[in-house]
Amino acid sequence: MSAEVGTVEARPTKQATPEKIHTWPHLVAKEFLCALLFIVFIFFYSYYVDAPLRELANPGEPENPAKAPWYFLGLQEELVYFDPWYAGVVLPSLIILGLMFIPYIDINPRGSGYYTFRERKFAVTIFSFGFLLWYVLILIGVYCRGPFWAWFWPWEQWTLAFPTPPPLWSFPAPLGVLVLLAYFGAGMVLPAYRWRDFYNRLGRVRYSITMMLLLLMVGTILKIGLRLGFNIKYVLMTPWFNI
Amino acid sequence: MIPDLKKITDRITQNEIWRSIFRHGYEDTARNRVLQIISNIWLHIHPSTVKKDSVRLSYTFCLGGLTFFIFLFETLTGILLMFYYTPDVNRAYADMLDLSNNAVPFGKLLRNTHRWAGHAMVITVCFHMLRVFLTGSYKVPRQFNWVVGVVLLVLTLLLSFTGYLLPWDQLGYWAITVGTNMAGATPILGYQGPFADLFGFTIDNDIRFGLLGGTSIQAPALLRAYVWHCIALPSLAGALMMLHFWRIRKDGFSGRL
Ligand code: HEM
Repeated sequence: MSAEVGTVEARPTKQATPEKIHTWPHLVAKEFLCALLFIVFIFFYSYYVDAPLRELANPGEPENPAKAPWYFLGLQEELVYFDPWYAGVVLPSLIILGLMFIPYIDINPRGSGYYTFRERKFAVTIFSFGFLLWYVLILIGVYCRGPFWAWFWPWEQWTLAFPTPPPLWSFPAPLGVLVLLAYFGAGMVLPAYRWRDFYNRLGRVRYSITMMLLLLMVGTILKIGLRLGFNIKYVLMTPWFNI
Repeated sequence: MIPDLKKITDRITQNEIWRSIFRHGYEDTARNRVLQIISNIWLHIHPSTVKKDSVRLSYTFCLGGLTFFIFLFETLTGILLMFYYTPDVNRAYADMLDLSNNAVPFGKLLRNTHRWAGHAMVITVCFHMLRVFLTGSYKVPRQFNWVVGVVLLVLTLLLSFTGYLLPWDQLGYWAITVGTNMAGATPILGYQGPFADLFGFTIDNDIRFGLLGGTSIQAPALLRAYVWHCIALPSLAGALMMLHFWRIRKDGFSGRL
């Protein structure tokens, strides 16, 4: 690093020692103000809006729909498209693991310490997309789901007289295996040929993890598409689990 | 007679007792500005000087700081709530009514603020993560602190989730039912999950059973939610926050050089 600084000396650069200011009062004042604004906000909000409290819990009388807390509604929404072992356990675990992997698979040295889209288009696009998806699913779960998890627009009255959903069908097992192998196989191999230097830069291990996570995310969305567009229940059915 | 302010102040501050508590004056000098930070147990998690660019509000939006502040706020209101709440299926709901009806002084405000601030914390922690991502602040050398952050994110969600059951009302009861049923679908470890039968997991020995302390949500589940919510999870989150802040100091705060 220091060698580089030597070579750029002539230019008036941002590399020069950063301008430092005293934490007290500059930073502490801002933190204090943020805290104060939060307190004001939360007290006003709590004065006007009461925390919900329904009737006494009754194990014999299920709520319909029974909704998880809002921040888990994205996962509950996935239950429409996947079995619980995937939507409720494997998918969230993958999200957590995937998040933890990010700093180790993103080796682009640029864009550290400032907002930029241009210098890290791939990373920012994928992450923002996933972030957005999480919240879109939550919004659907909170505002558009009624009894039996049927779709109701927020301005519609919830009724039990919604149309019967169309019958669903699944791929026969051999076709399912083929589709999954083709999707993951092609998804892993083709980009490595098409974007050779992307592959080379990441190396085999990072590339595999990155593509696997990406394919799983895209696959989850594709499955939603298959279900909504073609009424497909499972892509793969086995005696032990279905996808 | 006009009291001589300077003289009175000097009386108060120029003596052994005062000076044994406050080590430095308040006069606005560079030295005092530094001492203000490093001689204060709360403030000394900060460095005494910071890069000008990285304290701009439009860089962090103070989201990490806010998340921490909300955590402290929740701890305070949570302790106050603990004085009035009993984690017993026969009393919990009645205790909630007492709070909501202000049978407890300021009970309603206490409950409302604790509830809404909990939601606010989930939101701020998500957007803090988004900010850290968009500024690339997880890059070398801060990779590990991002991982610590992800664990904190999960803990924040779990804190909120375990609190949801405590009022023992229909809303919480069925929300937690939905949530914990998922645990029953865990591959291998959950009784309804793939491969569970191969390993002998059934409804009364699987992971869901461990979480609930039973095969359905009853008194033991309420007690477990309470202990996780009030003791285990806050302690874990607090410990990890210390690690998180310590690493920020050691790794250096991001921002343009
Ligand atoms: C309870 C949760 C959390 C608390 C209280 C917290 C608190 C903080 C605070 C106070 C800062 C200082 C700068 C700022 O305010 O932005 C910070 C920085 C940081 N946080 Fe968090 N955080 C939490 C969760 C997370 C999560 C979920 C992530 C990422 C997944 C994360 C990753 C980081 C990183 C990498 C930094 C260093 C940023 C830099 O140097 O610019 N934190 N955190």
